[in-house]
Order: sequence, then C-alpha cells, then structure tokens
Amino acid sequence: MSEMPGFVKFIKRNGASYVFLAPWLLGFLALTLYPMGYSLWLGFTNYDFTQPDATQWIGLGNYIKMFGSVFDISEFTASTGEAMRVDPYYMKSLSVTFTYVLASVPLKLAFALAVAMLLNQKLRGVSFYRAVYYIPTLLGGSVAIAVLWRKLFEKSGLVNGLLGSIGFTDLPGWITNPKYALWTLVLLTVWQFGSSMIIFLAGLKQIPEEYYEAASVDGANKVEQFFAITIPLLSPVILFNLVMQMISAFQVFTQAYIIGGGGGGVLNSTLFYTLYLYIQGWTYHEMGYASAMAWILLLIIGVLTALVFKSSGWWVSYGSGE
Amino acid sequence: MKNGTVIRHTLTHIFIITLGLVMIYPIAWMIISSFKPNNMIFSDPGLIPKAVTIENYISGWKGYAGTSFGRFFVNSLVMCIVAIIGNLISCTMAAYAFARLKFAGRGFWFAVMMITLMLPGHVTLVPRYILFNTFGWVGTYLPILVPKFLATDAFFVFLLVQFIRSLPKELDEAAIIDGCGKFGVFFRIILPLASPALVTTALFTFLWTWDDFFNHLLYLTRPETFTVARALRTFVGDAGAVSNWGGALAMATLSMVPTFILFFALQKYFVQGITTTGIKG
Repeated sequence: MSEMPGFVKFIKRNGASYVFLAPWLLGFLALTLYPMGYSLWLGFTNYDFTQPDATQWIGLGNYIKMFGSVFDISEFTASTGEAMRVDPYYMKSLSVTFTYVLASVPLKLAFALAVAMLLNQKLRGVSFYRAVYYIPTLLGGSVAIAVLWRKLFEKSGLVNGLLGSIGFTDLPGWITNPKYALWTLVLLTVWQFGSSMIIFLAGLKQIPEEYYEAASVDGANKVEQFFAITIPLLSPVILFNLVMQMISAFQVFTQAYIIGGGGGGVLNSTLFYTLYLYIQGWTYHEMGYASAMAWILLLIIGVLTALVFKSSGWWVSYGSGE
Repeated sequence: MKNGTVIRHTLTHIFIITLGLVMIYPIAWMIISSFKPNNMIFSDPGLIPKAVTIENYISGWKGYAGTSFGRFFVNSLVMCIVAIIGNLISCTMAAYAFARLKFAGRGFWFAVMMITLMLPGHVTLVPRYILFNTFGWVGTYLPILVPKFLATDAFFVFLLVQFIRSLPKELDEAAIIDGCGKFGVFFRIILPLASPALVTTALFTFLWTWDDFFNHLLYLTRPETFTVARALRTFVGDAGAVSNWGGALAMATLSMVPTFILFFALQKYFVQGITTTGIKG
C-alpha cells in the first residue's frame, strides 16, 4: 500500500517548501546560472551583438587580446585563421582599476575607523552627528553627485575657486588633467565612508570598557591601547569591511562614466574596468570580448578575496580576547 | 563634572562639527547654487547667494528631448514601487523557506545563495542582455523589474533569513498546533513579526533602484521611459561638457529629495540594513 513512487513522496514532503523557494530558484537558474555558463562560452567566441549569426569559436583569442601586450605580442592569428589585434587599452584599464582600489579602499577604511572612534564617545547629539556623517554615503553613488563632482573639480570649478581665494595660482583642471583625474574619484569614494563607519561603530560597541580601564591602570597610553585592544578586537570587522569594500571598488561604474563623459576621460586616465567592459560590449558590440573581460574580473575578485581571507589567519583574532 | 572634561567635550564637539561641515559642504553648495543665477554659479564658492532665482528649476524641469522631469520622476517612482513589491514578495518567500522550512536540498541551496551574494554581476551582464533582447524587453522596464520578482537581490534574502531566524520558534509551533499550515504560519506569524526587516528591505530597494544608473543606461533607450538617474546624465554631453549647469544642479538637488525624506524618516532601519548586508557605498 505505501509503495508510492519516489517523486510523489518527494513532492509530498518538499512541495510546499519549494513553492516558497520557487521565485528565487527560478531567478538563480535563469538569471544567474544559465547566464554564467553562457558568458563563459561567449568569452571563447567573437560574438558581435550586431551579427550574432557570424559567431565563431576563437579559443583563447579574447584572452590573448587582453594580455598579449604583456608578452609583447601586438598581432596574432586566432584559431579561425583570422588576424586579431591585441587590445592596447586593456592593461591600462586594469592598472587604473588596481590603482583606484589600492588607494581608495585603505584610505576609506582608515578614515571610517577614525571617524567611528570619534563618534563612539558619549557625547550629546552624537546620533545626529552620525546621521550627518552618513549623508555623503547616502547620496554619493548617485548620478547627481557625479555631476556635482565634475562641477567641483573643473578648471573653473568650486575647488579651484576656494584654492584661488587663499592665494593659489596656476591651478589645473582636476578632472581634465590625466595626472589628477583618478584621484578626484578616489576622493569621491573616500568621502562615502559612512557604511564602513556604521559597521565599525557596531564593532566598537562590542569591546568591553573594562579592557581600556585595565590597560590604563597598567599605564598604557591611548596609542598603545589602540594597537593592543582596539585593532585586535576589531580585526574581524576590519576583515569584513575590507572584503566588502574591495569587491564593490572593483565594480565602480557610475561615477567614472559621468565624470569621463561616457568615456575613459583624458588619455584614458579614468578608464575603469567595468566602464571599459561596457564600452566594449555596448559601444563596439564586442560582447564575446566583454564576457571574457567579465570572467577575468570575477577571477581577480575571487583570487584577491581568497588571499585576504587566507592572510586573515595571522592578523584577525577571533578569540574572546585573552 | 571636572573642568578639564568640559573643555575636552567642547573641543570634541567643535572638531566634529567642523569636520561635518567640510563633509556636507559640497552638497550644501549644490543645493544653494541651484538657486543662483546661472552666471554666478561658476565664480561663487559662498553658501549665501547674492541673488536668488528659480529659473534653474524652470529650465532644468524642461528635461530632455521634449520629455519633462515630471515624467522622469513619475517613471522613477513607479519603477521603485514595483521593485519594492517584487523584492518583498520574492525575498520573503525565499527567506522563509531557508530560515524555517525543512526540505531536501536546503543546505545546498542556501550555500548557493550565499555565493551569489558575493558574485560580481558583470559575469551575467551580457547573456542577460542578449536574453532580454530576444524577449523584446530592451527599451522597457521589464529587464529591471522582472529580476526583482525572482529574488535576484540576494542581500535581502540574507537579511530576512537572519531576521526570521531570530524570531522565537515557539510562535510557529503554537500556530501549527492551532491548525496553521506552512502558508498560514508565513502569512499570520512570520510576515507580521518580520515587519522591521520588511521596512529595511523596502527602504534599500527604493534607494538602490532610485540611484541605479547602469541598468537604466543599458535598458532604457527612449527618453519617455527615462528615470531621473538616466535623465540627469543627459545634462553631461558626450565630451563631458555641460551646457546648462544651473539646470543640472537644480534637477540633481530635486533628485535627492526622496532619499533625504526617507533617510530622516526611517533612520533606525538604515543601521540594521547596513550592519547586516555591509555593502554599497
């Protein structure tokens, strides 16, 4: 009597649960898993959005196109017999992005921690201050602020107006000068330190007051307390912030797009990785190449995240603070 | 209180306020400049305008290609509301399944969901675009909104799972004894108790959809479908030149009003959202 077929049993037991899971599961399969497989395949083809029927398998062609310049290759023959040129801008976009990540993430975290400690004191109105310090983060990712940033750092912009009024002369156009353009974007990122600050504040609240009292009884000054108590006990939070900020820094797009006026800025000085990916895919319709670029980005983020987690063994302490 | 402490506190206040003013200055300048005559915006770094005008708002409101900002605001607002509905339905359903139901494959799917949390979206970008293009969806809101009904924002699933797990299980058990099924528990127990997390989800969905630019750039092709974020970009020419700075700053200021209102009205939900998801910004 109880010999029900396996799948009927499975549905009876799990059916209702899978009804709840269904939207997510469908989304995962159709909008994440399938596209990932598809883009992996596209990365090995010369898929052009305007002529998809002409798509051909070109093996590692797209990857040689990206990294060929490292090996002093400028032209090569793809597996289809077609001559391909190495991309002269790819390595530039990689170096722009790495410079940006390496500069903006540590600066942002340091600033966020400093402000978090400043606002972790028992002061009147401190929650109001926290809200005010969060405002740049609240608005900073928007097109509106990117437009504003262009205005601020133009040659005739507000920043030069202020610097001029205190006596500086011969000021550059920060956005249009390839030496400085990237740094205006770093500044824009550091300015949006609010989320990291709030997470640091939550972490700081977990550190028992007694540790500091005991340390000052033992004669440790503020700086020693910071390195002996605050940093070790906060290290899991630092790790979390570091990973999250790093992942999102690699993907920055809107600000670079607006400030570069839809391109990579003067001499490609702000040719961010995702911006270049967009230009390849949607301006040049080179979607096979754009897919290959996306996979390299995933690989870079994955490897760096793994390295950060690996390194955490010797700088993050999960103990209860012996 | 000792005298030294009073002085130290006062100095700390002064320091915090000064630093805060520096932080806020660009935004304050933008808001005030939007009320200055166009020819004075360039030269005047001050916060007190020498002349006040609303001409920037009138010229900016005209919008782009014959479509006014009124339309762009309605477009953005409708899009945000639909996105919120989609995320609330799909993410709470998935979160309830992960947090409370026992089913074959739960551990596996939960691990998969956690991986997608860290996955950079660019790997799926091109195929999604090709897929939506074959559906004929490019140029409509569907590529932006349909994913919301399929819980693709894993952050909210994670946030809701965390929240639902913290609710006392006894309530579910009591409801089951009273004859509730899985659906009854979901609608009568979980949803009402999870309302703080639902507010957080709605809030962040609004902000991220309102400020999203990349998807709007990809998928919205006709000016009459533009959102505010997409329309603001039209002030910046392709070479980066801006013809109507006054209008740009005026509309940029207006675009921030909804965000400001929500931020000050729902402040406590922000902290929860930021500390559990830790991302964005």
